[in-house]
Amino acid sequence: MKVLVPVKRVIDYNVKVRVKADQTGVELANVKMSMNPFDEIAIEEAIRMKEAGKAEEVIAVSIGPQQAQETIRTALAMGADRGVHVLHDGVVEPLAVAKMLKAIVEKEGPTVVILGKQAIDDDCNQTGQMLSALLGWSQATFASKIEVGDGELTVTREVDAGLETIKVKTPAIVTTDLRLNEPRYASLPNIMKAKKKPIEAMSPADLGVDPTPRLATLKVVEPAKRAGGVKVADVAELVSKLKNEAKVI
Amino acid sequence: MGALVFAEHADGAINPATLHAVTAAGQMSDSVTVLVAGTNVGSAAEAAAKIAGVAKVVRVDSSEYEHTLAENLAPLIAGLASGYSHVVATATTVGKNIMPRVAALLDVAQVSDIIEVIDADTFVRPIYAGNALATLKSSDTVKVVTVRGTNFEPAEAGGGSAEIEDGAAAGDQGLSSWVGQALSKSDRPELTSARVVISGGRGMQNGENFAMLEEIADKLGAAVGASRAAVDAGFVPNDYQVGQTGKVVAPDLYIAVGISGAIQHLAGMKDSKVIVAINKDEEAPIFQVADYGLVADLFKAIPELSQALDG
Ligand SMILES: Cc1cc2nc3c(=O)[nH]c(=O)nc-3n(C[C@H](O)[C@H](O)[C@H](O)COP(=O)(O)OP(=O)(O)OC[C@H]3O[C@@H](n4cnc5c(N)ncnc54)[C@H](O)[C@@H]3O)c2cc1C
Ligand SMILES: Nc1ncnc2c1ncn2[C@@H]1O[C@H](COP(=O)(O)O)[C@@H](O)[C@H]1O
Repeated sequence: MKVLVPVKRVIDYNVKVRVKADQTGVELANVKMSMNPFDEIAIEEAIRMKEAGKAEEVIAVSIGPQQAQETIRTALAMGADRGVHVLHDGVVEPLAVAKMLKAIVEKEGPTVVILGKQAIDDDCNQTGQMLSALLGWSQATFASKIEVGDGELTVTREVDAGLETIKVKTPAIVTTDLRLNEPRYASLPNIMKAKKKPIEAMSPADLGVDPTPRLATLKVVEPAKRAGGVKVADVAELVSKLKNEAKVI
Repeated sequence: MGALVFAEHADGAINPATLHAVTAAGQMSDSVTVLVAGTNVGSAAEAAAKIAGVAKVVRVDSSEYEHTLAENLAPLIAGLASGYSHVVATATTVGKNIMPRVAALLDVAQVSDIIEVIDADTFVRPIYAGNALATLKSSDTVKVVTVRGTNFEPAEAGGGSAEIEDGAAAGDQGLSSWVGQALSKSDRPELTSARVVISGGRGMQNGENFAMLEEIADKLGAAVGASRAAVDAGFVPNDYQVGQTGKVVAPDLYIAVGISGAIQHLAGMKDSKVIVAINKDEEAPIFQVADYGLVADLFKAIPELSQALDG
């Protein structure tokens, strides 16, 4: 089977994000960008399926600016076989991403698509579920364990009350949660090898999708800052403050 | 046109999480309908009809909805949606799983995890782990919205008297099936609604040491939470995780023990009323959001705190 993994280029999780003064968005110039961490987990899982003989090919797809190719290269260096890059500058919402991915899925015919549960920039947590709906496929979101069976996957999901296990028929959409695996680092030889792996380029128009956002962003502002607190000397002072000053215990 | 709220329920009762969505839906529209789908949902539907501010309950009793499988619920909800201006759920793992599927079936955007309703079309939601707040305006005919529970007061569970109407089931899509669950059992309050939360991080060193936090939790009527590092290390189960990609809490009192205060953790607790941090590193970023910071070794401070609470 083929496994398709959509990977998004996002501001690195360690960067302190700054809101632009004109309230149109956040500062992206000269900011460190990386693969969305949940997508690294998705790539790792796909590669493990290949290493276990369950998958033949792993395809990494990214929709974004020219530099999204670097994100695809990272996936290729980890072990993905080839890449697809849909060139698009500017914001693209989950519904449009899902529509483009649907067109790519119809062309490539993967058995499983593994996405991150959430992009850490927009924090939407939508794309996998939307893609699944558009394809009429099954979905297993927030996965912490995936077992590949015959025509089905058994997936353990992280839910609010603990863990849940479901079976989904393939073809299926899976989205990753943090405990699914620990992504590997690409080795230097693999980074070199990745440079020769193919990346196919296309545009949203090639896929027949209009990427114009549906939601108008009226403004983006900084949240209110918490007023600075105090340091207490010891546990006795802490308890006294909580009782008499904050009155919360 | 009114708002349709997808209700979560168990054992004949409506999940408290849904009460927050009812409040938010009431701010988007002046007529709120609640959908209760599942098997043997008679008493859950009656409970929904009693929620203050609810005008109507749609009850769908059919086996394909027993386990909140998104593939079955999404076509049901999407099928009902044309009669409503808004489709609303709380951003729990159930809501997050189902609602984007509904939105895609309707060919509309979803607005995830809103913290404020400006008007019927305009919502505020955090992005970048809460480092920025975006105000978004939707021009879709049906607005599909998930709500951050901590930002909306729960609707009163009693006092209402909505009419109950039976809705038609949409059938089993036959795509997925439920196998089982391993739920964390606890007599303590639920994390997202607890008045006091005490969370432990990597500094706790192991799962056994969490017993120290549980002891304090029991004295304060608190829930126990954790950082991602503590969950990843296997100290506590996944459902303890507070943060950007875990649960969002906003209790009256949040006590962070052995947690450094990474932005992803702060995203899940910085709206707490009073924050206490206990950490041996005085430079730890958690102190920047703490109202009361105690620089101390937790293995000394926590037993002392427990004792002090007896006095
Ligand atoms: C995609 C992604 C999503 C994430 N989502 C989340 C999330 O939802 N929630 C979350 O919490 N994190 C999340 N993280 C992880 C986050 O970046 C941090 O790694 C994590 O919060 C750190 O946990 P910690 O503070 O327990 O551990 P550390 O950062 O290791 O801090 C441990 C702290 O304990 C203190 N300490 C150690 N021993 C003692 C002692 N004896 N007494 C007192 N203090 C002591 C240390 O001084 C230190 O400050 C996410 C990361 C990524 C990449
Ligand atoms: N522009 C994109 N290119 C590739 N994959 C994406 C893109 N946007 C979202 N995804 C995928 O969808 C997941 C969830 O994103 P979101 O719904 O935006 O939170 C991500 O983890 C990716 O796997």
